[in-house]
Amino acid sequence: MASLRSGRRTVVSHLCRAFTGPGSHLAPERGAPRRDAAPSRVSRFCPPRKSCYDWIGPPDKCSNLRPVHFYIPENESPLEQKLRELRQETQEWNQQFWANQNLTFRKEKEEFIHSRLKAKGLGLRAESGQKATLNAEEMADFYKEFLSKNFQKHMYYNRDWYKRNFAITYFMGKVALEKIWNKLRLKQKKTIN
Amino acid sequence: MAASPHTLSSRLLTGWVGGCVWYLERRAMQESPHKFMHLFRNINKQWITFQHFNFLKRMYVTQLNRSLNQQVKPKPEPVTSPFLEKTSSGQAKAEVHELRPISPPSLPLSRKANEKELIELESASVIEASIDVGNATKEEKQWKEMKLHVDDLPGILARLSKIKLTALVVSTTSAGFALAPGPFDWPCFLLTLLGTGLASCAANSINQFFEVPFDSNMNRTKNRPLVRGQISPLLAVSFATCCALPGVALLTWGVNPLTGALGVFNIFLYTCCYTPLKRISIANTWVGAVVGAIPPVMGWTAATGCLDAGAFLLGGILYSWQFPHFNALSWGLREDYSRGGYCMMSVTHPALCRRVALRHCLALIGLSTAAPILDVTTWTFPVISLPINLYISYLGFRFYRDADRKSSRKLFFCSLWHLPLFLLLMLTCKQPPGGGSDKGEPQS
Repeated sequence: MASLRSGRRTVVSHLCRAFTGPGSHLAPERGAPRRDAAPSRVSRFCPPRKSCYDWIGPPDKCSNLRPVHFYIPENESPLEQKLRELRQETQEWNQQFWANQNLTFRKEKEEFIHSRLKAKGLGLRAESGQKATLNAEEMADFYKEFLSKNFQKHMYYNRDWYKRNFAITYFMGKVALEKIWNKLRLKQKKTIN
Repeated sequence: MAASPHTLSSRLLTGWVGGCVWYLERRAMQESPHKFMHLFRNINKQWITFQHFNFLKRMYVTQLNRSLNQQVKPKPEPVTSPFLEKTSSGQAKAEVHELRPISPPSLPLSRKANEKELIELESASVIEASIDVGNATKEEKQWKEMKLHVDDLPGILARLSKIKLTALVVSTTSAGFALAPGPFDWPCFLLTLLGTGLASCAANSINQFFEVPFDSNMNRTKNRPLVRGQISPLLAVSFATCCALPGVALLTWGVNPLTGALGVFNIFLYTCCYTPLKRISIANTWVGAVVGAIPPVMGWTAATGCLDAGAFLLGGILYSWQFPHFNALSWGLREDYSRGGYCMMSVTHPALCRRVALRHCLALIGLSTAAPILDVTTWTFPVISLPINLYISYLGFRFYRDADRKSSRKLFFCSLWHLPLFLLLMLTCKQPPGGGSDKGEPQS
């Protein structure tokens, strides 16, 4: 199981590097458990057999992105397969990035609150027994620091997201044209016969 | 932007649902756990009723939900993902193991005990199946088929094109057209509004197309059509193209080429400059202010055919207005911006954010004084607009000084009614034709 997981990790990390290039901040090692979770969670849902459409689920708890279950038609053309695989891979990449981002944010926010409360000499709980929090102005320092720390990471993510988004839309267009072309040819054949 | 009735009703609904779940949880928690023991003892007598199963199912579902909620709260070690694995139906085997230790006669020492265990296993698997069903159907119901229904399309496209924002943009264009000197040409007016509206729809659709993962992560934008999968990216781009081409064509050939050029420039500025710049530098706010300033200029050029001082004045007014409006709005979204990677003044340079908002509130007073000087309005205008200008400047000053959520919200909501009222007053004080033009500027 461990070897299978590490094998998958290298394959997906190669795919990720192919898209992102050097200096990427995607950390496959950290993301390995999440990557296994994302596809298995998607595949656990089974759409009704009659349906020949994709299905979209509720937002993921960590990444806030909605997982999509892709429909595989019986006579899937190579182009359609390429599109589906690209969308699947992009979905996993996106899920991993945002789950990681959101978890890191929550973790660092907690740490910041703890350290500030300690510095102030206050405990973790206020006198009323509720969890002590800092006000928005005190949190502003954390937000600023977090944003600047992750700036480079976001730059790489933005560049890759734009590339993938364009690629997916381009292939969607190609697939749509292919379908229209096939329908027209079929009609032509029928009229000839 | 504004707190629309839709967001208010969705908030109420969420609150009501949350209240129901809390009530169910409390009831489940209050039921004593030794009802479990009673059930397993009774399995020998095969006295299992449908009510017992339902109770168990509910108790497990609500308890699971409770522990799920607890785990999702921030903890130093990210244990959420493996835990989420457990709660889904495929991993219900783990729950069977949890069930076993609870049952008292589970040690297989005698034949009777073996029988008991067998029956327990059966009942456990039945319970597991019912829990499976409970969990699975709950999650399954939330999955939606990505099939586009033609009936839903108008609503989806309206949300995609941010129809309310488009309406506001079109109204500023109409104000620019109406304030321009010269006879009021109705066909030209309608063509301008239609062309600008289509251009705005196109720009907004492309903006949403670019921002899907970021919109998913912010509360304000997580219900947009592309985020929810109601429409494909290809369709969004096609829609944008189908709006942009006729819109720009209408402006160029139906109105005049200058207005068409401004329309194209504005679409480009919004989609290719402002949208990517939001994640790179705080300069995006200034670019966005220009984007907001161009529509009234387009209205003016549609009526007059040239970019004169009046056009720049109107553009300047909308430009200045954007700052108190947006800076106040962004003050309450700092957490979302920081997490999502948006470079906004409110996060990186909070003092500058408030200073700029105040500065531009005061600039509005200056610009309203410039209006009669440039022969756009009479001298009545600066006088009657002074109260609302002073009020927004006062709120801007409070925001600058207090720097808290309350003052930012007050300033934001003030900006929402300030602009329409300001433009309306401008219209009522419009310089009558041929009056007061000592400058001798040719009014075409």
